[in-house]
Amino acid sequence: MTGRARLLLPVLVLAGLAAAPFLGFDTGFAYTLMARAMILGMAALSLSLLVGGAGLVSLGQAAMLGIGAYAVAALDHAGVTNALVVFPAAALLAGLFALVTGAVSLRTSGVHFIMITLAFGQMAFFTASSLSALGGDDGYTLYGRTEWMGTRLLEDRAAFHFILLALLAGTWLLLSALIDSRFGRVLRASRENALRAQAVGFSPFPYRLVAYTVAGAISGLAGALLANATEFVSPATLAWGRSGELLFMVILGGVGQLYGAILGALAIVLLEEWLSHLLNYWRLAFGPLLILSVLFLRNGLAGITAPPRRRRAPPKAAAPKAATLEARADA
Amino acid sequence: MPEPLLELRGLRKRFGGLTVTDDVSLTVLPGEIHAVIGPNGAGKTTLIHQISGTLRPDEGEVVFAGQRVTDWSFPRRARAGLARSFQITCIVPGFTALENVALAVQARSGSSFRFFRPAHLEARLNEAARAALEGVGLGHRAGVVAGSMSHGEKRQLELAVALAMEPRLLLLDEPLAGAGPEETERLVALLRSLRQRYGILLVEHDMGAVFALADRVSVLVYGRVVITGTVEEIRSHPEVRSAYLGEDEMA
Ligand SMILES: Nc1ncnc2c1ncn2[C@@H]1O[C@H](COP(=O)(O)OP(=O)(O)OP(=O)(O)O)[C@@H](O)[C@H]1O
Ligand SMILES: [Mg+2]
Repeated sequence: MTGRARLLLPVLVLAGLAAAPFLGFDTGFAYTLMARAMILGMAALSLSLLVGGAGLVSLGQAAMLGIGAYAVAALDHAGVTNALVVFPAAALLAGLFALVTGAVSLRTSGVHFIMITLAFGQMAFFTASSLSALGGDDGYTLYGRTEWMGTRLLEDRAAFHFILLALLAGTWLLLSALIDSRFGRVLRASRENALRAQAVGFSPFPYRLVAYTVAGAISGLAGALLANATEFVSPATLAWGRSGELLFMVILGGVGQLYGAILGALAIVLLEEWLSHLLNYWRLAFGPLLILSVLFLRNGLAGITAPPRRRRAPPKAAAPKAATLEARADA
Repeated sequence: MPEPLLELRGLRKRFGGLTVTDDVSLTVLPGEIHAVIGPNGAGKTTLIHQISGTLRPDEGEVVFAGQRVTDWSFPRRARAGLARSFQITCIVPGFTALENVALAVQARSGSSFRFFRPAHLEARLNEAARAALEGVGLGHRAGVVAGSMSHGEKRQLELAVALAMEPRLLLLDEPLAGAGPEETERLVALLRSLRQRYGILLVEHDMGAVFALADRVSVLVYGRVVITGTVEEIRSHPEVRSAYLGEDEMA
């Protein structure tokens, strides 16, 4: 399949989201659902850079999302609602958190990395719960949405819809460029065979840290948008179940393709909605569906129309030995 | 005598109770092929690990191009011009052969903190990578995914990657292992052509190749260098003949 054909599915999905308001999906309900899918899609895209690009399975991405959301709440509390301040601040704060926690967690790998990202996520969660000025456990209701040049542009549903769509598409393009760049090549090589990357002179750590920080900043921006979409912020945004949900979006969509994250986010948001109408105990059906998808969609939803771009690494005979050496070489 | 490119001073390495490198001192001169031979488990690979920086010695010093590099990390030594191949093939399986080599070219040509331009469109990287592939006879396989190449091809690819680093010293851990007779012949010719440009520390079991290529040979037994000498000296050394080479090798 050619490179162009590979892009058919994501382009169709984005075009569908662009057309939706003109096809009758312009009710408050439809807009809310699509906004949720697009915002979580952005966060899932950033997580896919880590999981699919760098091989870093983080279980703490919701913390970045939450920090972005809480930045909106904190600034709202302080009377600052200018988009030109609020959104950069949200991205910057989340990126900074990622930089600091990444500098620690990226010293580890595998299961330890998962655990330490989870631990940092929980720290952020409990910190948010104890912010009494911002409602503590009860959360914080925004006075209004963030303002653009003094106007309440984001409160216009259609405008907000297309802003989200542009940001989602922009995130996808940006991260695709990143994956294909020199920087991305080092990330991908380090994921598949870190010893090989080191042997030619690359130390994976700084590359991974930059990727982790970029992913954090993007998730922070998504969190700020989420706060605007719901006009409410609570510790639930940072709950570790949310991190798991984002990870599932990435895996369901397909780790081998960045845009899989968009498909995964859309699928899960719609599925949740559909099942919750269909069944009282819809979460009971959700689990088995997810299991089936993992078992039978090896390359995720993206794999339905496209082969994985990069072959998954075949099991290496040298893996155990290489792993011990790598630990030494990193020291 | 010219200043050595590589000098090992009293290297020692223990794994638990087992001494795998026992007071090893040797040198590799510029433009020299210094072969290290020895029975299985003698500690040849462990020695290469300590030179390349994948393992730290317990004692002793590694001096490369006049600098003490004992405390340098593996990537830092690689950037300084120390390239190595692995006994167990080490490539990026999901990359094409070309991209495997381009990664090495990229490492020595400018910053890799470049985020927006597609790396696979950088003509300078691709040209240098293609030249290195052609140098080892893999030019026609540039677009093949490395993981699906034959074992022999992977070994050649690893050599191309090492050459693309434009190193000063090559550490080769059994580059001929698993190669067929034709491939062996070609690789021996290739290594001979490399001699003038690099210092080479060659670990190899194929005695024919060692004797054809090496300027000097060190024999490692139980982690100890029992003798270092020219090919002639090693061939005629009675202890080496009985202890390691075996009668059929000498026939
Ligand atoms: N990480 C390790 N931990 C413990 N023992 C090790 C380790 N690596 C190697 N050894 C042991 O050290 C000894 C030397 O191993 P090494 O791989 O250096 O030998 P070699 O000369 O390269 O052998 P071969 O010719 O089979 O490649 C062996 O007895 C091996 O079992
Ligand atoms: Mg060995």
